[in-house]
Amino acid sequence: MAFISSGYNPDKPMENRITDIGPRKYDEFYPPVIANNKGKWLYHEYLQPGIMVHVAESGDEVYTVRCGGARLMSVTHIREICEIADKHCDGYLRFTTRNNIEFMVDSKDKIEPLKKDLESRKFDGGSFKFPIGGTGAGISNIVHTQGWIHCHTPATDASGTVKATMDVLFEDFQQHRMPAHVRVSMACCLNMCGAVHCSDIAILGYHRKPPILDHEYLDKMCEIPLAIAACPTAAIKPAKIELPNGTKVNSVAVNESRCMFCGNCYTMCPSMPLADTEGDGIVLMVGGKVSNRVSNPKFSKVVVAFIPNEMPRWPTMTDTIKKIVETYAAGANKYERLGEWAERIGWERFFEKCELEFTHHLIDDFRDPAYYTWRQTSNFKF
Amino acid sequence: MVGQRLKLNEMEEIKMAKHPTPMLDELESGPWPSFVSDLKQEAEKRAKNPDNVDFQIPVDAVDDLLGVLELSYKHGRTHWKHGGIVGVFGYGGGVIGRYCDQPALFPGVAHFHTMRVAQPAGKFYTTDYLRQICDLWDLRGSGITNMHGSTGDIIFLGTTTPQLEEVFFELTHNLNQDLGGSGSNLRTPADCIGKARCEYACYDTQDLCHHLTLEYQDELHRPAFPYKFKFKFDGCPNCCVASIARADMSFIGTWKDDIRIDQEAVQAYIGGEIPSNGGAHSGRDWGPFDIQKEVIDLCPTKCMWMEDGKLKIDNRECTRCMHCINVMPRALRIGKDTGLSILVGAKAPILDGAQMGSLLVPFIKAEDPYDEIKEVIEAIWDWWMEEGKNRERLGELIKRQGFQKLLEVTGIDPVPQHVQEPRTNPYIFWKEEEVEGGWQRDINEFRKHHLR
Repeated sequence: MAFISSGYNPDKPMENRITDIGPRKYDEFYPPVIANNKGKWLYHEYLQPGIMVHVAESGDEVYTVRCGGARLMSVTHIREICEIADKHCDGYLRFTTRNNIEFMVDSKDKIEPLKKDLESRKFDGGSFKFPIGGTGAGISNIVHTQGWIHCHTPATDASGTVKATMDVLFEDFQQHRMPAHVRVSMACCLNMCGAVHCSDIAILGYHRKPPILDHEYLDKMCEIPLAIAACPTAAIKPAKIELPNGTKVNSVAVNESRCMFCGNCYTMCPSMPLADTEGDGIVLMVGGKVSNRVSNPKFSKVVVAFIPNEMPRWPTMTDTIKKIVETYAAGANKYERLGEWAERIGWERFFEKCELEFTHHLIDDFRDPAYYTWRQTSNFKF
Repeated sequence: MVGQRLKLNEMEEIKMAKHPTPMLDELESGPWPSFVSDLKQEAEKRAKNPDNVDFQIPVDAVDDLLGVLELSYKHGRTHWKHGGIVGVFGYGGGVIGRYCDQPALFPGVAHFHTMRVAQPAGKFYTTDYLRQICDLWDLRGSGITNMHGSTGDIIFLGTTTPQLEEVFFELTHNLNQDLGGSGSNLRTPADCIGKARCEYACYDTQDLCHHLTLEYQDELHRPAFPYKFKFKFDGCPNCCVASIARADMSFIGTWKDDIRIDQEAVQAYIGGEIPSNGGAHSGRDWGPFDIQKEVIDLCPTKCMWMEDGKLKIDNRECTRCMHCINVMPRALRIGKDTGLSILVGAKAPILDGAQMGSLLVPFIKAEDPYDEIKEVIEAIWDWWMEEGKNRERLGELIKRQGFQKLLEVTGIDPVPQHVQEPRTNPYIFWKEEEVEGGWQRDINEFRKHHLR
């Protein structure tokens, strides 16, 4: 491997430097049917799960075939996407917010060859490369975070939990049998890069052990005041520690009963790692939504406080998710989101129907908002 | 023939795979696209190198990525160290340092930094552009990406420090393409598909997203904020990019006038000629469409009714939740007097609990050059940069100093639309100038009438 220069001169970093040009302009990448009809769309319809038509005032139509994808994607895979888009879509495509790939064609007769092509492509391991679906009252792709593939704070893996979950929910990726759309999201720690806190079903990685203190290195690696200030429950204070060899060092002490395992201290100080094989696992939250449709946006609620990490396929987690989805599908009214259904039947009934154990962990005790989640009425169901 | 090919593949795999990955291998089965299979195909491609790429980072980076991930599956813990301070000259964001904590076992990923590449609004692409991205990342990185990261960027996953400037130089010089945001910066703004292909869009999300992204490149690249700051643009209250849940400032399309009704199409829905909700419920027999039950009774403000076979809407009472329009997209359309609402302060739970966006500007026009919108943004930033503590999100500052303070700094008058309900306590922080005669009083004058 010989170093190939891009033209950058490290001795003169400002020479010919280009900065602050931002992203490419969106309309460079519009397919002609989009460019011609932007802002003039009349209506849309799902022709079958994963396939949509949008009709414009001009009479133009754009047919979209939506495919699921792992957001972790190799350049080989992207090149294959390009090959498909060149073959069927004049070299245009787009990605959705939920990591789906959309192939667009401008006439109906182009759908079938595209669909056949997509369905025929499989990885060597046997999984589909481009499963069609993710529309309407079904279960779309999971938005997620990095997990063990590339992050320093995760309490579980992201790509693996997502793959395992989507395998279990796969039929509903390709169907429209749910009462409303079900949005599943995954975040591998409570920093929630994926902002899963308003999802119908949220998979969340969580630590359960306070940080281990690497006293010998703590003062060398960290700004102690920053680590102390980072703690939302004020559980960390400065401490003088005597190491086994007799040296005294500046470090911190953690009031462990106050720790809520957020890992914020670790973000500020690498000498306070939390990760632990038994301590780490999954929290399941349900009933959130971001749309303003019918009822206001809602936060997801914690319904399972902890499921151990069961590599490589997390069966307890996927079984629980499947059970919740099936119970919702059987009980909710048409258009009713998972959270709206749970509120209508009552959360006491939700736990009964989903056969989930209610434990003290599920009662909020974090600051003022907790009070508003307790039951302040004599109305409840037996 | 097929059998023979499989056998050949298996043999190659035995020869090629650098690290055994028995646990990850179990994630190759099942119908959903397997990231493990994809990583393996990339590892194999790099090993064989059919295009003679002069890889600028270790050829076995992806093999080692599989290896370190397998080790995490064995341990139930990550093997990535805390980030380091790496970046490109003059920028304080866009690159996240990443080092493996087992570099001797996995030298190919010992240094494995992330680069965030600002995505085009709407995430439309041409294959020409994507191939340029692939060629660059093949040469100078691991060949592994996220399409896309949670915030919206194209993520380049894994390269070494000497390659950072090289990638940046090639991006800016050859691809007319910049990096995205990270750290205590404006993060790369993201939007929904909007007017490009959606009849619900109340403003051009792509244009506003792109415009503000360019306007605030300095804030995006050079950290001057207390913490991260996110803009997200939803074209309508359906909120497909979840702005209301995760953006410090969310821009949600809305309208002020009447929902447009096509009464003939309403009849076509009632008659079952057009499927409800655009056919979204086709997988189950929900019985014949019932406009009373499915639309009118579900309207949260009960502002709709049927009269003489026609659908009527009392638009003044409508809160624009989108349900009726979603159910009957061919009969009902958003109004024509469109713009957006600005909500502020949404964030995920860390640190002080999750916050939903709170309504600040009920309605504002969204027209180039968007000056009125920029005024709101800049007033908020001035306040937050002055008063915000280290790692305090805007929503937390609003909670700490009060919604009134937010109104004061933005010069926005309070209206009932700002609250779900008025306060339930009378502990009002009256200001001296609001109280007749002020607060300065003479105790002796008081005592003339009130003995000690």
